[in-house]
Amino acid sequence: MTTVIKTINLNAWYGEKLALIDVNTEIEENKITAIIGPSGCGKSTFIRCLNRMNDLVDIFRYEGEIIVDNININDIEPEALRKNVGMVFQKPNPFPKSIYDNIAFGPKIQGVKDKGELDSIVEQSLKKAALWDEVKDRLKDSALGLSGGQQQRLCIARTVAVEPEIILFDEPCSALDPISTSKIEDLMIELKKKYTIVIVTHNMQQAARASDYTAFFLDGKLIEFGDTKQLFRKPVEKSTEDYIIGRFG
Amino acid sequence: MLWDAWDKGADWLSIKFLTSFPSRFPEEAGIKSALMGSIWLMVLTAIMSIPMGIGSAVYLEEYARKSILTQLIELNISNLAGVPSIVYGILGLALFVRGLNMERSLISGALTLTLLILPIIIISSREAIRAVPSSIRDASYALGATKWQTISYHVLPAAIPGILTGNILALSRAIGEAAPLLMIGALTFIAFTPESIFDPFTALPIQIFNWASRPQAEFQYLAAAAILVLLALLMTMNAAAIIIRNKYQKNLKW
Ligand SMILES: Nc1ncnc2c1ncn2[C@@H]1O[C@H](COP(=O)(O)OP(=O)(O)OP(=O)(O)O)[C@@H](O)[C@H]1O
Ligand SMILES: [Mg+2]
Repeated sequence: MTTVIKTINLNAWYGEKLALIDVNTEIEENKITAIIGPSGCGKSTFIRCLNRMNDLVDIFRYEGEIIVDNININDIEPEALRKNVGMVFQKPNPFPKSIYDNIAFGPKIQGVKDKGELDSIVEQSLKKAALWDEVKDRLKDSALGLSGGQQQRLCIARTVAVEPEIILFDEPCSALDPISTSKIEDLMIELKKKYTIVIVTHNMQQAARASDYTAFFLDGKLIEFGDTKQLFRKPVEKSTEDYIIGRFG
Repeated sequence: MLWDAWDKGADWLSIKFLTSFPSRFPEEAGIKSALMGSIWLMVLTAIMSIPMGIGSAVYLEEYARKSILTQLIELNISNLAGVPSIVYGILGLALFVRGLNMERSLISGALTLTLLILPIIIISSREAIRAVPSSIRDASYALGATKWQTISYHVLPAAIPGILTGNILALSRAIGEAAPLLMIGALTFIAFTPESIFDPFTALPIQIFNWASRPQAEFQYLAAAAILVLLALLMTMNAAAIIIRNKYQKNLKW
């Protein structure tokens, strides 16, 4: 097993507010790691540390070390890090442009100019996101005309198009219906062959079904982290048990 | 008032009216030089104010750090938008006509109008930029885009309809202004069309002002007819702004 992401004594603040406390994790390659915990416990803060999206928040700062591919993420440009660590958001957020342009944007800013090459990246990415058959005849149409579930898969295709190694999902299904949700779950299980996946979810079934490892956060602290089956069947901590059987959250 | 202008002026409207120079004889008089002057002014003002306005808006909205200085600048911009136009005329007279020795030329007039509408353009462009949802920016950054790539590929294109609408409305304000142009001394009797930006000029509101202040009834009719032309110009611009807004509002829903 190979560790691709490692956090050491990670503490994070928004202004004066401490949002993460001494979080130590090791995230394994080609696995799906689920992050669970009640609202406001720091799940989004944690994964947004991993691709430095929190840098965009003025009042944010952190201490500790975040290592991706054996490199401290502060030692590389944030743009290079984010290309390698993609992110899919809670609400589908396609660009108000065509389906084609949504996907071609990432490769374009990486310097791909050749039309034929772009065409093939667009097709491959849509296929990887299980969306190709539904949209292949209307690549020039606005992405905003797609259904919510299709938009979310488009966002996945767009992320895949820049060939990241890790993909972070922040509650990707919370705005979707059950059928779209199960499509995205199947897709993630397919994607983990090539990518390392970290997913924040409020849906216990989803975490149990789709993930290999689960991390439980509470009030900014990592309470328990381990094999998903183990954690759901026999949690070590009392608070983990309370949460997964629904006593709070 | 509108009816009054229509009543008096409609009969005087003709191709000849649009293509003749002003004259002492009402039957001969037209607004060619005034109309051309107004169009020149509008184009020059647009060329100067739009890039500067959008540039300032992008800088203030996306790059400037929040500090006392930027807050002061912001406060000043909103105050400047409320300053009466004649004050800009005085400023233009001192700065461009006298200070920079540009005489009573088109460029002095256009620079003065630029100062007048720049605050409005900056404010409306900033609003349009701010209205672009942050989810679009997040998506762009998450793909590894730099700040400038995010602004140029996504923020500005999404804000452009709003920016254009605001800019057209600001320009239409500039076109209707007489006071600052009178202040910098635009002439009223010009029997030629400007050839360069350093030529003297007249403009529709000034021509109207001049005709309306003459005693003879015929000149009142000429003024009314010129008002109709000016109104038509303004309404076309406002209609364009509305069409642009509606067209893009349909395409852009998030
Ligand atoms: N931009 C911000 N500015 C200030 N405080 C913030 C910001 N973002 C998050 N916080 C605070 O940090 C804490 C952790 O928030 P975070 O978004 O990581 O929680 P979460 O576990 O993702 O919650 P949810 O399940 O509701 O998405 C919360 O108390 C929240 O109020
Ligand atoms: Mg969250």
